[in-house]
Amino acid sequence: MESFEIRGRAAHPASGQLRQAIIGVNASGNLEVLVERTLPDTECIVGVTTQIDGFRELWQAVIEDFMARASLGGLRFSINDGGAKPDIVTLRLMQSLRRIETGQ
Amino acid sequence: MQPIAEQAFTQSQSAYVHKVSWEIFVAEWKKQSIERRSRLGAASGFANGKVVATKDVKSLLEAVIRCGDRVCLEGDNQKQADFLAEALASIDKSILHDLHIVQSGVVLQAHIDLFERGVARKLDFSYSGPQSHAIARALEAGKIELGAVHTYIELFARYFIDLTPHVALIAAVAADRNGNIYTGPNTEDTPTIVEATAFKSGIVVAQVNQIVDRLPRVDIPGDWVDFVIEADRPFYVEPLFTRDPGSVTEIQILMAMMALKGIYAPYGVKRLNHGIGFPTAAIELILPTYGETLGLKGKIATHFALNPHPTLIPAIESGWIEQIHSFGGEVGMETYIRERSDIYFTGHDGSLRSNRMLSQAAGLYACDMFIGSTLQIDLDGNSSTFTTGRIAGFGGAPNMGSDVHGRRHPSAPWLKAGRQATDSPSSLTRGRKLVVQVVETFGDKMVPNFVEKLDSLALAEQYKLELAPVMIYGDDVSHIVTEEGIANLLLCRGPVEREQAIRGIAGFTPVGRGRDRKIVEALRARGVIQRPEDLGIDPLSATRQLLAAHSIEDLVAWSGGLYQPPAKYRSW
Repeated sequence: MESFEIRGRAAHPASGQLRQAIIGVNASGNLEVLVERTLPDTECIVGVTTQIDGFRELWQAVIEDFMARASLGGLRFSINDGGAKPDIVTLRLMQSLRRIETGQ
Repeated sequence: MQPIAEQAFTQSQSAYVHKVSWEIFVAEWKKQSIERRSRLGAASGFANGKVVATKDVKSLLEAVIRCGDRVCLEGDNQKQADFLAEALASIDKSILHDLHIVQSGVVLQAHIDLFERGVARKLDFSYSGPQSHAIARALEAGKIELGAVHTYIELFARYFIDLTPHVALIAAVAADRNGNIYTGPNTEDTPTIVEATAFKSGIVVAQVNQIVDRLPRVDIPGDWVDFVIEADRPFYVEPLFTRDPGSVTEIQILMAMMALKGIYAPYGVKRLNHGIGFPTAAIELILPTYGETLGLKGKIATHFALNPHPTLIPAIESGWIEQIHSFGGEVGMETYIRERSDIYFTGHDGSLRSNRMLSQAAGLYACDMFIGSTLQIDLDGNSSTFTTGRIAGFGGAPNMGSDVHGRRHPSAPWLKAGRQATDSPSSLTRGRKLVVQVVETFGDKMVPNFVEKLDSLALAEQYKLELAPVMIYGDDVSHIVTEEGIANLLLCRGPVEREQAIRGIAGFTPVGRGRDRKIVEALRARGVIQRPEDLGIDPLSATRQLLAAHSIEDLVAWSGGLYQPPAKYRSW
């Protein structure tokens, strides 16, 4: 078990009105993402709790790429990871963002 | 003009010489058939005509097999002559040793036991699925002398040139007393093995589930078969091609969408083969949904060289598929196939007739695309399923996934692919087969599927192989599809572009992160790399809702109850 936080700056606040959203499941090879609109408009944080140790650098790369591609201002993501691969991590982060932006 | 007397003398002298050499050499030129008669004689005590009692199996094998023989023990991709395999492996090595086993599939424990117990020494094979770790261990321990790992059609070809079996031990559903054989839907390798053995003075022994008076159809004529023996249980057959739609992931669906929109559609691929993995199962399952919305029905994926994949049922039922020729059968698909004889090749008895040799030839010459998964891809696009401690074999992939230089008939996808691969296409430019590898960037346990150097190189060194095992060579690969995008290697010019095209879709693997971003963006601008968004695909639309069936039970429903899955796939 390993926990860490990755912080980023955001040029724009995330769109939408929802205060929080949740997506995915904390199961083997999968992960659960809780996203909350709780931060100042120029900040975003992704907190990771993972059952698999030793991949912090990879998480950093995946999350920084996600931050670079989307407007995440004001959002705090909390990941409960059951050993998901980076492709699933990116997909779930994108899904959680869409949900808090649009409710879908 | 010679005197008559002298001429007569010369003639009679030459006749004399001829007579002597005939007597000397008649034995020398028919050694094989003499040997065959001696073996048949040794076995005659156990046989009633061609029928041998179940209990005499070991005595029969001891009578017809000699030390050092090449033996083809029918281990196919799917069906197994398990009864004969176990009997052979139980023979004491003081009686039988140094056998050279030539068989396409090394699948059963008994296949490994042959080597562990010293009955067999040398092995030439194609595929080892479940025994891949055991083969690696036996190699390490010096129990197996490895000839080569082949693709199916290559091993079969060698049965006729330099690996001709002395004895073939085959498996079938039924035989009659004259040795006629009914293989059932899993004909697979049997006709090829028997042809090579029977017509080269070898001995053919068939284990059958039952001996009957009248066969539903004859797959192998009795004239080619020496002995039939009722096994103590039906032969083992593995449902190798059943993929539970419930296990298809969103990432695989995303890759399937990209493949359909980015490869099948623009090339108009109608004649093809699918690999065994989940990514191609996902493609099969979204044909009637996503494929339908793209308006592709009838324009792509109409003719297949393919095992009877249950996941293709929804596409068949929706009228997508015109014809399928199969390498083997699939457990549970028998009745469905029987009721869909317009689609499949069937005997006059109604059941599937498969043939691995012929379907592999069909895949080589008559298909425009192979699309399948792999375990490792390097920077040249070489791919291999041999990873550390695992001698997996190749199966049909090296054949299906190769561009055949003997092909002469044109087709739109073949011509288009050929012309993409050159800057100055002319009417002399040959076409190309589309060879597509679909692979997620990471495999199980976060192991990157993209590597700088294939594991098979270290493996070749470890086991002193002359040739590192490569499943599909990079120069045959036309496209690689990952969750990050499609790399079209045909459009790459030179090794640098090729490497960057591969890095550019390798995601967050070390290979992917080692990309040159500028070159990758330039390749993307030229359409060499296509991301989901370049294809108009929203990754968030890749949901399981797109699957025409969500479970095995759904496949049964699609089939109108004709598909009868084996118990291990039933959850209801």
